[in-house]
Amino acid sequence: MSRFEVVKTGSSASGAPPTTQKNVPHRNGEPNPSAKALQEKFPSAIERVEVVWGETVVFVDAWSVHEVIRWLHDDESQRYDFLSDVTAVEYRDAEVPIEVVWHLRSLPFRRFLRIKAQLQKGTALEIESVYDIYRSADWLERECFDMFGIRFRGHPDLRRILMWEQYREGYPLRKDFPLRGRFSRSEQLRQALAQNPEARYSMEELSIADAFAELPEDMRERLSKGERTGE
Amino acid sequence: MGLSAPSDRDVVSYTPEGQEGWVATRLDFLVNWARANSLWPMPFGTACCAIEFMATAASDFDLARFGMERMSFSPRQADVLICAGRVPFKLAPIIRRIWQQMPQPKWSISMGACASTGGMFDNYAVVQGIDTIIPVDVYVPGCPPRPEGLIYGIRMLQEKVKNERAADKGTRDEMEPDPSSQLYIPPSLIDELGEPFGNSVNQTRSGL
Repeated sequence: MSRFEVVKTGSSASGAPPTTQKNVPHRNGEPNPSAKALQEKFPSAIERVEVVWGETVVFVDAWSVHEVIRWLHDDESQRYDFLSDVTAVEYRDAEVPIEVVWHLRSLPFRRFLRIKAQLQKGTALEIESVYDIYRSADWLERECFDMFGIRFRGHPDLRRILMWEQYREGYPLRKDFPLRGRFSRSEQLRQALAQNPEARYSMEELSIADAFAELPEDMRERLSKGERTGE
Repeated sequence: MGLSAPSDRDVVSYTPEGQEGWVATRLDFLVNWARANSLWPMPFGTACCAIEFMATAASDFDLARFGMERMSFSPRQADVLICAGRVPFKLAPIIRRIWQQMPQPKWSISMGACASTGGMFDNYAVVQGIDTIIPVDVYVPGCPPRPEGLIYGIRMLQEKVKNERAADKGTRDEMEPDPSSQLYIPPSLIDELGEPFGNSVNQTRSGL
């Protein structure tokens, strides 16, 4: 099978166009078939399954998330090949845990599944990265770390992505973060102006110097004349 | 508050007739006429104001009538920085560096509510007015301003350019904040003045 071949299985096998469900109930709609398969495959890891507005939410034990998503991605009967979002939710009530959310989509089966894992407040907000399954998790997890402070174990380059790297006020989307930030306006501006715009490059980007011999001919010529991209 | 001008800079009691001759004033007129009608803008578009700015430059409103059809996407060849849209703190050092890279004489227009004051984005991420980073000549109000509004601001800037004098050295001074200057306002005073409106420490809107 070539890499970009269009796969038609499941509900798309018949060639019928996708349909939009009508009169979807708020609760207790028909769950995604993957939820049942998950409950059979991982009986201890799946905490509960909810169906909200026709979309299935599977609550997974935080230690099993990586294993569950790996199975959903690899298994021939699931084939969740597209990770569309990684994010987190914090609720106002201090007792309600923080939820980390993965939005998975199976293009061959035309399915959508939402995986949630709960992290108790007051504990270390850490969870396994799914970067080794979906490369698109790279920036999504960085954004989640930037805004919520959730650390993804195994992420290759977990840095801030929206705020600058020297940002010291905390994690803006947490409920205990004041809307206008923690520092005064003049201090915020002073720190922002002190940031170095060139400091955003990762070690991988800087290692282009090591790969100089493998660059194309014209790029090597331009670089050898001292052309720079920064400043 | 230390907002009065230094005594050595005689900005008020100036009478051009007494100091400059006919040649100097005519030369000023000629230079300013040329400058005012060939302002090359450096578009710094970050949000929806930039859409209105594009509409201003397009054929219906035709910025070329005012000698501004040549958008300068390099600050080295630009005369006027038009900041169209909100500026987050992450962009603050970048807009300041673009301003520093522009050669004199240079002017800047703050287009829209967000660039001028932060607008509705009174939050942790957005600069509360680009005049906290770079000097601004003309503020164009609106959210976003209509092209007519921007053109009105550009005409005002042209009026300003036409009234400049080469003999007045003070207009080209680039002042870094100097604590010994009378114009300097310490950050503590800025925070005190901004407290009811923009200080982040004492108030949050969620009440948490």
